[in-house]
Amino acid sequence: MSDTLPRSVASLAAGLARGEYSSVELTRHYLDRIAALDGALNSFITVCAEQALAEAAAADAARAAGHAGPLTGIPYANKDIFCTRGVRTSCASRMLDNFIAPYDATAVEKLRAAGLVMLGKTNMDEFAMGSSNESSYYGPVANPWDLARVPGGSSGGSAAAVAAGLAPLATGTDTGGSIRQPAAFCGISGLKPTYGRVSRYGMIAFASSLDQGGPMGYSAEDLALMLNALAGFDLRDSTSIERADEDFTRLLDAPVAGLRIGLPREYFDDQLDAGIRACVEAAVKTLQARGATVQEISLPHMSLAIPAYYVIAPAECSSNLSRYDGARFGYRCADPKDLTDLYCRSRGEGFGAEVKRRILIGTYALSSGYYDAYYRKAQQVRRLLRDDFMQAFDEVDVIIGPTTPTVAYQTGAHSKDPVTMYLGDIYTTAANLAGLPSLSIPAGFVDGLPVGMQMTAAHFDEARMLGLAHQYQRDSDWHLRAPAAFT
Amino acid sequence: MAISNDEVTAMARLARLAIDPDDIPGYAEQLSGILAFVARMDEVDTQSVEPLAHPLDLSARLRPDQVTESDQRDLFQSIAPEVERGLYLVPKVIE
Repeated sequence: MSDTLPRSVASLAAGLARGEYSSVELTRHYLDRIAALDGALNSFITVCAEQALAEAAAADAARAAGHAGPLTGIPYANKDIFCTRGVRTSCASRMLDNFIAPYDATAVEKLRAAGLVMLGKTNMDEFAMGSSNESSYYGPVANPWDLARVPGGSSGGSAAAVAAGLAPLATGTDTGGSIRQPAAFCGISGLKPTYGRVSRYGMIAFASSLDQGGPMGYSAEDLALMLNALAGFDLRDSTSIERADEDFTRLLDAPVAGLRIGLPREYFDDQLDAGIRACVEAAVKTLQARGATVQEISLPHMSLAIPAYYVIAPAECSSNLSRYDGARFGYRCADPKDLTDLYCRSRGEGFGAEVKRRILIGTYALSSGYYDAYYRKAQQVRRLLRDDFMQAFDEVDVIIGPTTPTVAYQTGAHSKDPVTMYLGDIYTTAANLAGLPSLSIPAGFVDGLPVGMQMTAAHFDEARMLGLAHQYQRDSDWHLRAPAAFT
Repeated sequence: MAISNDEVTAMARLARLAIDPDDIPGYAEQLSGILAFVARMDEVDTQSVEPLAHPLDLSARLRPDQVTESDQRDLFQSIAPEVERGLYLVPKVIE
């Protein structure tokens, strides 16, 4: 088979359907690329070559028997936060370095049922806490566009793997921007669905009222195809939304004319890099030329999104991570002298610095006497923010802005002061607090580094937003560019 | 609002988290920085605002009280640090 494959899952699937190559051949192609190129990136924690080839053979057999679906035989990379039965699920933490999950996450089950082939488990920030993929126990991930820069995080391994052509699709999870920000930094597309769309069962918990899994790929069309396989009601997740299944590709070709785009003035303030602003404004003009209407809107409480987020997320994290006790699974310290020592040292040695920081701040925010000032206050701010969005969606269909205030920065640039890194999430956390679907797609380059454009829609309005993103990608080719070292 | 070294120690104890004594001043400084940053929330009056626990204002779904899981003790204990006769072993709790 040819060395250069199309950068589109729809095209790859068509190649499989026409018999140009088998899933085994396709899978081998990506496994070979991982073996040859991932040494420079460190985007995978575990590669599952043997299992992937077996799954690919099963996909080929299913196709031969006439049972192929739209994604049968397509390989994907799985963020190492989704439990995989029999395969190490580390969450990029020393705490789970020895953890072989005894069950599959619902998302993993669903992708397998759709015939996708898992290439391996991707690197990430430890327990998904970070925006640069520097907090992984397995070392940082490099950005394929410039190896001295971060790929973003926490789904940095998934983003780098897709950008470098080591996998055509990947899973990610997004608690405060962890799908969209790395997608922006690596020049790919990524979608955080409405809270409750994708089951959290078997997705290792960070902040349960914010966490949402979603697809990462080259294009909005690919995201829609993968979301069709990922989404759906799940009895095993108590916050899964009970709704009829829908086809997220159904509005890909819907006309842009008449769609109302809102540009929040709070997103285009003086903290925004001028080059990024120019890219997003040019993209909006493209959509305007296709007949979309554009108006300025306001989200008055936007500046409080990160402060509220950095109370709620650590508070929920401190509660969720109390399950790691050194007693039942995961890391246990050597020679504990008593039970308290077992707990304290297993956790102290098993968790890295950023995870410890968040457990401490979350414990503080939830402790007696401080709960009202921090956690309750943050949940009140959260309602104000959500109401800002609800009002905006009375007037517009999709809100557009930049995904990040800067392009990918140098590895180590923010390692001294956590707050400066947290500010990189300035445009992304609000959608998590409000539970809204939000995506990032490539919209240009600044100094040779990719720029992401963020779209956010009303609850459950993924299909229309994906349609607008797809129509933009019909008029642009940013999503088709590949980093020179990985073409 | 600044967090003292003693408060860091107290939080670490509550969270059952061993931290290196040399790291405590660094944590105190970083956590104080985070608290100063999140204090921006005080700019807005929220006295009459109902806290939002779920972004869609839904409450947790209940299910019928029926047994749905089979016994998988052996599988679950196969990844435990230390087990004996089906029990998880920890240091002696009662003398």
